[in-house]
Amino acid sequence: MIRLKGLRKVYGRQTVLDGIDLDIAKGEIVVVIGPSGTGKSTLLRCINFLEKPTAGEITVGDLTVDACSTSRKDILALRRRTAFVFQNYALFANKNALDNIAERLIVVDKWPKEKAREKAREILQRIGLGDKAEAYPASLSGGQQQRVGIGRAMATGAEVILFDEPTSSLDPEWVEEVLGLMKQLASEHQTMVVVTHEMSFARDVADRVIFVDGGRIVEQGPPSELFSNPQDPRTRDFLRKVLPDQTV
Amino acid sequence: MNVLDFDYMLGLIPVLLKYLPLTLEMAAAGMVLALILACLLAVIRVLKVPVLNRFTMLFISFFRGTPLLVQLFLFYYGLPQLVSSLTAINGITATIMGLTMHFSAYMAESIRAAIVGVDRSQTEAALSIGMTNAQLMRRIILPQATRIAVPTLMNYFIDMIKATSLAFTLGVTELMGATQKEAAGSFLYFEAFIIVAIIYWVIVEMLSWLQRYLEHRLNKAYSR
Repeated sequence: MIRLKGLRKVYGRQTVLDGIDLDIAKGEIVVVIGPSGTGKSTLLRCINFLEKPTAGEITVGDLTVDACSTSRKDILALRRRTAFVFQNYALFANKNALDNIAERLIVVDKWPKEKAREKAREILQRIGLGDKAEAYPASLSGGQQQRVGIGRAMATGAEVILFDEPTSSLDPEWVEEVLGLMKQLASEHQTMVVVTHEMSFARDVADRVIFVDGGRIVEQGPPSELFSNPQDPRTRDFLRKVLPDQTV
Repeated sequence: MNVLDFDYMLGLIPVLLKYLPLTLEMAAAGMVLALILACLLAVIRVLKVPVLNRFTMLFISFFRGTPLLVQLFLFYYGLPQLVSSLTAINGITATIMGLTMHFSAYMAESIRAAIVGVDRSQTEAALSIGMTNAQLMRRIILPQATRIAVPTLMNYFIDMIKATSLAFTLGVTELMGATQKEAAGSFLYFEAFIIVAIIYWVIVEMLSWLQRYLEHRLNKAYSR
């Protein structure tokens, strides 16, 4: 479903991703954890070419793109098969909640406006914002904005949704409603790759947790194993810091 | 001190107002063309289109760096010597050309700043849902850049209306040219020029009002 082969990203003399190999099955929920600045976000952003990888191969569905020889068409096709949820929501400020969600259907998929808005209205209901269709981003709370951000990703019908620290910019009071929506999506078997510091989400929802450090996958496994019995000393060290109340 | 000739002043108003449409038409045409050209120049600058970007920088530098009057003379008197097919260029066309080039150079820079001023993350969001660069510009960036740029662009439009008065140096009888003729006939210079000043002033005031209204409307989506 998604396959990354030898993904590398180098900025100047700094290697941020140092050969990532990863297979993700349809419907799988993968949570990526690791210390700050170890390339977790870069990994996600390379999957849809918001950052151009230095080398490696990306397969999403039946499309394979080689980082060294990409055409504009490939990148567009890749982006249309993936959806992205941003840390800072990144809603279109000139469009209301409904049109933020409908935009992709209207512009990229060329649906008639009314049909697209109908679908967007359906999604607004599902994300619990049925009454906010006309609201512009500036008038929504952080939690509501991020839910619209997720709704926008849902509307793409993408094979995978990539979440880049979706709750890190939120006031604590809004974190739960966003995580709740993500859990709901997970229960509907939406393929998801989530970079997050919310360990409880990783433990409760993930099928697989991936620990990344120094641009490499250090260790991976189901959350029950990874959290209770980490093998690598770096994983143990990291988990001890983020889960202080737990003996690792 | 002589007393002002109020009857003459009042009588002059309807005479001069007959030339107002030409002034406004030149300004409107100049504004529309300048806007189109400025958007093009600004997008080239923002996307750093190879070759064109250097040319655009030169264009902007020249038209901002030389007086409008010099440019008008270049278009009206100079160009026909250079390109024989332009011998038929009239003062009105030359004025519109000059206004377009001159003001597009200024406007390109403020549109560029406005485009750059739109939050970068929205660009990424648009790309992430599979938009092309053109769709991104048209649907997300330009509508928001417009809001940022409108106050400055309106100022340029106001400037442009006043700048149309230079057309009289190319022999165009617009508002200023007509006043000049009237004044030369009556020798009542102060009366004539104070009336034309007031006409310009009133138009500019009306536009300022329109500007505040536009800004208010454009800001609606962004206020809580």
